[in-house]
Amino acid sequence: MPTLTTSPAPGDLSPAATAGTAERDGRRRGFRRERLVQALFLAPAALFLLLFFGYPVVKNVVMSLQEYTTRTFFTGEAPWVGMANYATAAGSSLFAPAMLNTAMFTLGSIAGQFVIGLALASFFKRRFPLSGFLRSMLLLPWLLPLIVSSATWRSILDQDSGILNAFLRNLGLIQEPVPWLTSPSVALLAVVLVNIWVGIPFNVTLLYGGLQEIPEELYEAGAVDGATGWKAFWHITWPNLRPVVSVVLVLGVVYTLKVLDIILGLTNGGPANATQTLAVRSYQESFVNFQFGVGAAFSNILILISLVFAVVYLRMNRRAVDE
Amino acid sequence: MTTLDITTPGSAAARLRKASRPKLGHTAVGLLLLAVMLFPVYWMVNASLQPSGNTLTADFLPLNPSFEGYEKAIAQQGPNLLTSLVISLGTVVFSLAVAAPAAYMLAQFRFRWINAALLAILISQMIPGIVIANALYAAYNDLGLLNSIPGLILADSTHAIPFVILIMRAFMMRIPPSIVEAARVDGAGLVRAFVSIVLPISRNSLITAGLFAFLFSWSDFLFALTLTTTEDVRPVTLGIYQYLGTQVSNWSAVMATAVLSSLPAIVLLVLAQKYIAAGATGGAVK
Repeated sequence: MPTLTTSPAPGDLSPAATAGTAERDGRRRGFRRERLVQALFLAPAALFLLLFFGYPVVKNVVMSLQEYTTRTFFTGEAPWVGMANYATAAGSSLFAPAMLNTAMFTLGSIAGQFVIGLALASFFKRRFPLSGFLRSMLLLPWLLPLIVSSATWRSILDQDSGILNAFLRNLGLIQEPVPWLTSPSVALLAVVLVNIWVGIPFNVTLLYGGLQEIPEELYEAGAVDGATGWKAFWHITWPNLRPVVSVVLVLGVVYTLKVLDIILGLTNGGPANATQTLAVRSYQESFVNFQFGVGAAFSNILILISLVFAVVYLRMNRRAVDE
Repeated sequence: MTTLDITTPGSAAARLRKASRPKLGHTAVGLLLLAVMLFPVYWMVNASLQPSGNTLTADFLPLNPSFEGYEKAIAQQGPNLLTSLVISLGTVVFSLAVAAPAAYMLAQFRFRWINAALLAILISQMIPGIVIANALYAAYNDLGLLNSIPGLILADSTHAIPFVILIMRAFMMRIPPSIVEAARVDGAGLVRAFVSIVLPISRNSLITAGLFAFLFSWSDFLFALTLTTTEDVRPVTLGIYQYLGTQVSNWSAVMATAVLSSLPAIVLLVLAQKYIAAGATGGAVK
């Protein structure tokens, strides 16, 4: 976990106090040069962050206040329109469903990833033959290209020939095949299920790390007082895991809000707009309708929501460092 | 889901008894859980070996494997796989060149604004890709970087650079400054000391960071989708998306392409597990 601590500065050369003004001046100049070279190590990265993160954020704000369409690319004209793009975005019939879907997609994904992730992390905390290897292999869904996972799940969830419906039918759980990705009533659920699968490794990894930090002695002392099993979990594991849990949940929200690949790969926002989220809206306004101003307005709303959670995360991080 | 109970041995004797009993039962449960989690990956491989056609009726085991899907995939997506490979390797080189000095600086030198810099890096990871794509499309259009490999390398580096800086900084904070100071006393400049001492002893973290930069770039779909408008430069992720486009007409070719696109992740996870695991714990923040 990267925290905001600074290391003691080992490479810092302190200006040695020496006799002789000329020599001291020379040293000071050398010191200043040294500090400049040190700072220059960051220059390429700083420039990159400025151009590829700073500029886009500013540009999105500017674009959202302009009529920025395909025409702009030919004429170079992007007239100022004030808040009109935000009015268009908020006034569109897809705005409320997109907000609601974003909330349900995020909450559903986080809840599922977290519960299953915590269960798996707890299981793998016990050491047994091959536990390390099995835990590493669990990372695979996280490392696969999302579009590959989307393609695979589309074949699994296919209404007529997908293995999931065949499996559920054999178990007698369903009579008719479920149209997972083609019915507006279940598509969002299906997309959430796939996103849970993708997010489990992230949760297992962070929670496993957190579980490892809890001193074994606490459990031994608890066992003496009769706290084992669920009791040990509620009275020892949970309170000690709380800081890690907060980080996992808040980061999970920030990263889930911006998910786009999986939804585009599985449903493209359909069927009948059942899986439209803010990120999908932003993409479609910009790159399907070529209304870059409206797309930028949607993405700024998305950034604003992320920002709230980012601030929460950073405050928790700060507190964790202070403690 | 099984077991949230974290039973711990109450006494030394119990611990001894527990340790001496082979925990193969746990291994069996672990294998079962892994099998459930990785079933979709198995299914992808299985479906890729089915005879070509527009239905998806796959047997549970590919008893009569057909390689038609792979023949199609390589014929249609081979150039796209190559494009992805070039872009990913480019991203590795560019990201490491930009991020490694920054990581060293943030790990070892003291400046008042270092916390602010780290904060900026953390926040940059939270910016939605679509925001970057929106702005880059306009900028790339003016600069002539649409449909170009350098354009995609630069864009894909946004997936990698913040991650690489944070993860390499965590490793580099453990480098004892005395090693570098010794070289400095012998007259080496800061840059030379970095190249000839810091980089070689950071070999492991460079490998970890490089592997992740590769996988992030290889997986990129959003920039491939938004920053290309013609067929000139087409990463394989975009190729898969187009297969999925309307009606899927040839599942075995789609799945064969999916398998080929998964190879880097699968191969690296098996062969370079040590490095991948180190990266996952150090920077699961992605």
